Amino acid sequence: MKRFAALSALLLFYSFAHAQDAPTLVVKSDVSRANTEDARMKILEEQVRMLAGEVAILRSDLAELRKTKSPERSSGPQVLLASARPEPGMLSPSPAPAAAQVVQTQTFGGASGNAKLLNPDISLIGDFIGTAGRNNVSPSPSLEMHESEVGLQAIIDPYARADAFLSFGETGVNVEEAYVTFTSLPAGLLLKVGKKRADFGKVNTIHNHALPFIDRPLVTNNLVGGEDGIDDAGFFLSRFLPAPKNWFLEGSAEVLRGDSAEVFQAIRRQDVSVVGHLRAYRDLTESTNLDLGLSYARGHNNNGSNFLTNLYSGDATLRWKPLRRAIYNSFLFRTELVWSARNQLSAALPSLLQTEHAFGMYSSAEYRVNRRWTVGGRFDRSGHATDARLTDSGVSGILTYWPSEFSQIRGQYRFGHLATTPTDFSNANEFLFQFLFVMGAHGAHPF
Amino acid sequence: MPRLLTKTRFITIAASVALVFALLDPFMGSADSKIRIMTATTDLASLAQEIGGDKVDVEAVARGYQDPHFVDPKPSFLLKLSKAELLIVVGLELEIGWLPPLITQSSNPRIQVGAPGYFDASRFARILELPTGQVTRAEGDVHPLGNPHYWLDPDNGLRIAKGIQNKISEMRPNDAAYFAERYDAFEQRLKQSDQQWQAQMKPYAGRKVVTYHRSWPNFAEHFGLNVVGYVEPRPGIPPSPQHTVELIGQMKRDAVKVIMVEPYFDLKTPNSIARDTGAVVVVLMPSVGGEKEITDYFKLFDYDIAKLKKALDETH
Repeated sequence: MKRFAALSALLLFYSFAHAQDAPTLVVKSDVSRANTEDARMKILEEQVRMLAGEVAILRSDLAELRKTKSPERSSGPQVLLASARPEPGMLSPSPAPAAAQVVQTQTFGGASGNAKLLNPDISLIGDFIGTAGRNNVSPSPSLEMHESEVGLQAIIDPYARADAFLSFGETGVNVEEAYVTFTSLPAGLLLKVGKKRADFGKVNTIHNHALPFIDRPLVTNNLVGGEDGIDDAGFFLSRFLPAPKNWFLEGSAEVLRGDSAEVFQAIRRQDVSVVGHLRAYRDLTESTNLDLGLSYARGHNNNGSNFLTNLYSGDATLRWKPLRRAIYNSFLFRTELVWSARNQLSAALPSLLQTEHAFGMYSSAEYRVNRRWTVGGRFDRSGHATDARLTDSGVSGILTYWPSEFSQIRGQYRFGHLATTPTDFSNANEFLFQFLFVMGAHGAHPF
Repeated sequence: MPRLLTKTRFITIAASVALVFALLDPFMGSADSKIRIMTATTDLASLAQEIGGDKVDVEAVARGYQDPHFVDPKPSFLLKLSKAELLIVVGLELEIGWLPPLITQSSNPRIQVGAPGYFDASRFARILELPTGQVTRAEGDVHPLGNPHYWLDPDNGLRIAKGIQNKISEMRPNDAAYFAERYDAFEQRLKQSDQQWQAQMKPYAGRKVVTYHRSWPNFAEHFGLNVVGYVEPRPGIPPSPQHTVELIGQMKRDAVKVIMVEPYFDLKTPNSIARDTGAVVVVLMPSVGGEKEITDYFKLFDYDIAKLKKALDETH
């Protein structure tokens, strides 16, 4: 207690000494002397008050320290979950209480002091998918642990943050995304470097677990590289653009190595691919908004360096979510159109280079009925990139149940009218079901 | 035969697109000397306005009647965030589901986490319900850093206001005296009002109430209410029949007559509990702007206390 008193006295003395020269900073020289005196008194009072506050904190800390001195700070598990965004330079003013019995003392600030070590936010999302029914064209396994996606996210330094998503699937591990984002560039530029899902349309940017359906639309599989889509290493630059009032415009320009699943392939170093995206967004009312996008992608396809694939896409999303009932009701309608122009050798005349033009689209809608249930549907239609005479179509009905924010159970009935030759079709009738579970830090979903 | 473009040409195109982006910069160099402040919630906006007066431009992301846990990170907020000099957040992971992507995408270096323009109000407030021992989600959507609804205690409002005063004085040293003056006036007004509020609530000290979500611990503590149960079985988990039955039993045993509900929750379960127990459901606003007449931090308590008082009187 003696030491403590001495400390307080020292602090007080210091503050008084300091206060001597402080007011001159605040009070302007042209103010009359009386005012200066007043202000000086005020500041002194203020400082005494602040010090009193600090003393209170110190006193409570001291009490806590005494209480918890012998049992050392409790270990591991609680830290794991508490891994929030580490905030450089944001240590709380008081060491937070660590021991179990401290319920409430005068504590300012949360438990950030001990909970936020320099660990990144760690999360794991498990995605289990089962399929029943008949599909002769592209059958999937009856039961599979489709992927376990580990997310590691952290602020790197005052100028950047990084996000990595490693997907452990049935066949191995895939770095789905791993990129650094430079947040402090001049001129409002945002640069991401690493491997990332490219900003081509909407569904290409969304991770499997955040999709409103279990599978991906047919157009993704036929024209945009399947489940992984355009997901490649490179530079991703974006910026807000000047826009008419009430509109939000964003442009992205991306240069990638040129290897994305089946859609792009780089044989030579110069076979890079590029992606451009323009997004326009507008709030129609407080609860309704419109989100439009145009995308372009260009890369070399698997026929070789001299064969290009150009992809064009337009997307539109209409969302409705009443703010007072946001957790109970919402509606979303989305449609995406994709045109593919692919250079290839003509099937009829193998020496002739031809461009195959294929078109595909999907439209989907989902409605949140209440806090736990969502119903949805999707219509699909897509030509094949290599042979536009083959056109698949399909419809799906989707029902989703959320026990909590951190798990999800979903069923999807899917009918496919799948082309095997230009004139022959195979019908697929399938029921898919999915269990999703989330461990660790909340990941914010893309909007 | 289509002409195939070379790699160099494409890189040139990409680089020029980047350059065009860089040159089109409409957001720089505003001569306006007001501090542009964005806050996560309306309460923080109100506090910032009290201190900043006409030297600040303040806007909140979430609306007062919106569940602050679930806000859509709409791009329309990005433009505002991109121009902000100061971002004031509630912290304690309340906004974890929507604010981090907004901050990153704002491409505004001033408000990035840890930058001078990032202001976590929870650092100044007295935080309740700090979890102790192991934290798991078996307890629902718990906040491992403590209960983030701390602004519903006028003492915390004052502490946050002090923090804001220091922050904006640092940003505009020339206006420091102005901000100090405004803080003093605010402190005086708030203390006076608080005395009235306390006096109004005094007759009900120790009354037992049930709330929907754990939004009111600071409020209850400050005004002497005793929260004995929650409509949610666990934070963030919707009411279950079993829990509702238990809660009804408990309310009958403890003679709990008031159920406090936030404006963004469904009233079906609280109403049915009220019917079974003879209690009254009262929708209280956790934030400024929850109703049109709640235009500032003072009116928030005026409104809530008037409604609560009425409910407590009715069920006496």
